[in-house]
Amino acid sequence: MLLSRVAERVYWQARYLERAENTARILSVFSALLMDLPRGTKVGWDTLIQITGNEKDFAQRFKQAQERNVMRYLLSDRSGVSVVDMLAQTRENARTTREIMPTEAFELINELYFMAKDRAVQGVDRGERHELLEGIVADCQQIWGLLAGTMSRDDAYSFIRLGRSIERADMTTRIVDVGSSNLLPDIDDKGTISDTREPYENVLWMNVLRSQSAFQMYRQHVRQRIKAHEVVKFLLQDEQFPRATAHNLTTMTKVLSKLPNHSKVTWQVGKVRKMVREADVDRLLRRGLLRHLDAVQLEIAQVHVKIADTWFLPNK
Amino acid sequence: MRVNWKSYNPGKFYDELISSPGYARKPARRLASYLRSLNHEDLLRKKTAAELAIKTMGISFTVYSDAGNIDREWPMDIIPRLITASEWDQTSKGLEQRLRALNCFIHDIYNDQKVLKDKLLPADLIFDSGNFRKQCVGIKPRYNVWAHICGTDLIKDEKGQFHVLEDNLRVPSGVSYMLENRRVTKRVFPELFDSNYNIRQVTDYPAELLDMLSSLSPRQVKYPSIVVLTPGIYNSAYFEHSFLAQRMGAELVEGGDLVVENEKVYMRTIGGLEQVDVIYRRIDDLFLDPEVFNKDSVLGVRGLFNAWQKGNVALANAPGAGVADDKIIYTYVPKIIKYYLDEDPILPNVPSYMCVEKAQRDHVLKNLDKLVVKPANESGGYGMLIGPQASKAELEEFARRIKANPRNYMAQPLISLSTVPILGERSVEPRHVDLRPFILQGAKSYVTPGGLTRVAMVKGSYVVNSSQGGGSKDTWIVEDF
Repeated sequence: MLLSRVAERVYWQARYLERAENTARILSVFSALLMDLPRGTKVGWDTLIQITGNEKDFAQRFKQAQERNVMRYLLSDRSGVSVVDMLAQTRENARTTREIMPTEAFELINELYFMAKDRAVQGVDRGERHELLEGIVADCQQIWGLLAGTMSRDDAYSFIRLGRSIERADMTTRIVDVGSSNLLPDIDDKGTISDTREPYENVLWMNVLRSQSAFQMYRQHVRQRIKAHEVVKFLLQDEQFPRATAHNLTTMTKVLSKLPNHSKVTWQVGKVRKMVREADVDRLLRRGLLRHLDAVQLEIAQVHVKIADTWFLPNK
Repeated sequence: MRVNWKSYNPGKFYDELISSPGYARKPARRLASYLRSLNHEDLLRKKTAAELAIKTMGISFTVYSDAGNIDREWPMDIIPRLITASEWDQTSKGLEQRLRALNCFIHDIYNDQKVLKDKLLPADLIFDSGNFRKQCVGIKPRYNVWAHICGTDLIKDEKGQFHVLEDNLRVPSGVSYMLENRRVTKRVFPELFDSNYNIRQVTDYPAELLDMLSSLSPRQVKYPSIVVLTPGIYNSAYFEHSFLAQRMGAELVEGGDLVVENEKVYMRTIGGLEQVDVIYRRIDDLFLDPEVFNKDSVLGVRGLFNAWQKGNVALANAPGAGVADDKIIYTYVPKIIKYYLDEDPILPNVPSYMCVEKAQRDHVLKNLDKLVVKPANESGGYGMLIGPQASKAELEEFARRIKANPRNYMAQPLISLSTVPILGERSVEPRHVDLRPFILQGAKSYVTPGGLTRVAMVKGSYVVNSSQGGGSKDTWIVEDF
């Protein structure tokens, strides 16, 4: 039976790896978005800081939330939230659970960390950025593939899936945040978008989908041109797409059923799942989406609390 | 530029590769000519490849320093060290014999104390030893074996003869590096494994260790629950703890993962408590159980000693086993072998002087500048005096320490350690080495083919400890031809 301490570490290893990948994806989509917008358009780089919830800390380190500072903060600096930091955390958790993970997994994580650490500073510049971020995402995918292809479906693997799913469920809500925030200038106070802005809104949502490798799947399954409410529904409520929030919550329910003493956690996941699946996206897009996403994020945080209470700190 | 063995000169020392400049010893000839076939640049490239492999494989050790603990890449020189099978088979017998005798001795000390009644050695030596655990008196571990895992340090003298330098019976480390060095060498010199040499494999060790540990289980179950108890990720040997747990399929636990209830040991799992049968502990005696030993220990497990005493869990090595790896007791080992086994020691000790005996102490004090002085209970090469390399102040300081506490010191002539070639920046150069084979004893005995070769990377230096700048080498036991 899996040790509680080890369960906690593999769970965090998966969360950090997923977070590193998602942060890289967000930086990548944001950078791509810039190129599709008319020259001179000012984009709210500070939105990225808000999404990751680090406004205060960022303000202490930098005066302005412009491209270079935000890239440094989220990519290369030892800020505690950068891609390099996430990979360092992944590596540390992997280093301390090597006895139960496939050897090759640690070696890949180790290599990825060194690669990212060595190249992150260059990645702050646009010239090198795309290749670096794509490389990080691809390496993360390789690690997930290796784990899926070589680990027995035992308790350790269950905690890896739990960690990855909870992180994805949460991150996808944050990525929807990116799309629905006041990214673009000239949005009027009611949040409605004037006709002249619509093409750019579509560009934005297309890039949001791309950041989640969701563009093709959206095309095949939604069969609608890119529209905000369809994209939001897809990313939050789709049961088939592996990065959609609902899909990940469902996955968690399935994984949980295999673990001992799972009832409290399962109940909490069910609560979030209901919130996500039953949300009226059309209405929320007109008003209240951000608040709803915040509430979902808080409930997901409670899922983590229940996981920790149930398995990580028993008898203490 | 090609490797030139004519300019490789070990001087007065016994070199394991060449007998005189330009002439390789018979078993080393193929290695020497293979290396000669390469450019120095080729060799440096292979060295870089090895360093990269070590980095990506995450083979590391931790160095303690004031600036915090640093995880460093394991230092390995790529040129392997050769020992012939016939020489090794004899050495291996000697190691096994030695551990058998030491286990008889430890068991006797904690039970009948016949050896003291027969006055083979003064009883004070035992009872004053920092490694004697009075709590262990009367305990009879399975097979009467206390030291299940032993790392014995060997050196070769001026004639190329192996001598025992010390026995490590508490928590000897290094075996994972022996295994990883081989893995790296296979990547770097695949050609040499082809037809050049018939090399004995070392990869069996984790399986042998698992078998030995299983043989200690108090519960007769098919798959006893075995754990490796580590002080945690900040310990210098954490890599090894994790490595061995992984290779054995055992759980790697920290003190906080274990709990004792009803005199049995359990680990905390996601499904609740699960009983543990065998603990391969990599924590010092004094930190094992705050109820019995060091009260402030947070690394250990409350009640563990009692569970062991009641026979509900096996501990490897048993607490108290260190009583026989004291450097003063070491000097008696040849007599101990004769006493318990009625056999002549196969492996000689390095000649030693015991400062506790007046005549020998006077000799030591008079010849301090020619001798190596070692404290009884230090490891890692700390607290030693190397007379010929010491300053006047250091010599005086050691004379004072010896007079104040003679029981705590022994001295040995400075043995001229053998040399082997390492890859330097410009050429191959001779450096001093020692060897740590690992010996297991449970239901049966096992000796690793070879062991961990440690090499002093600094020219002329004898300090091989990795914590003090030493390196390592893959060690090949090759069939004679």
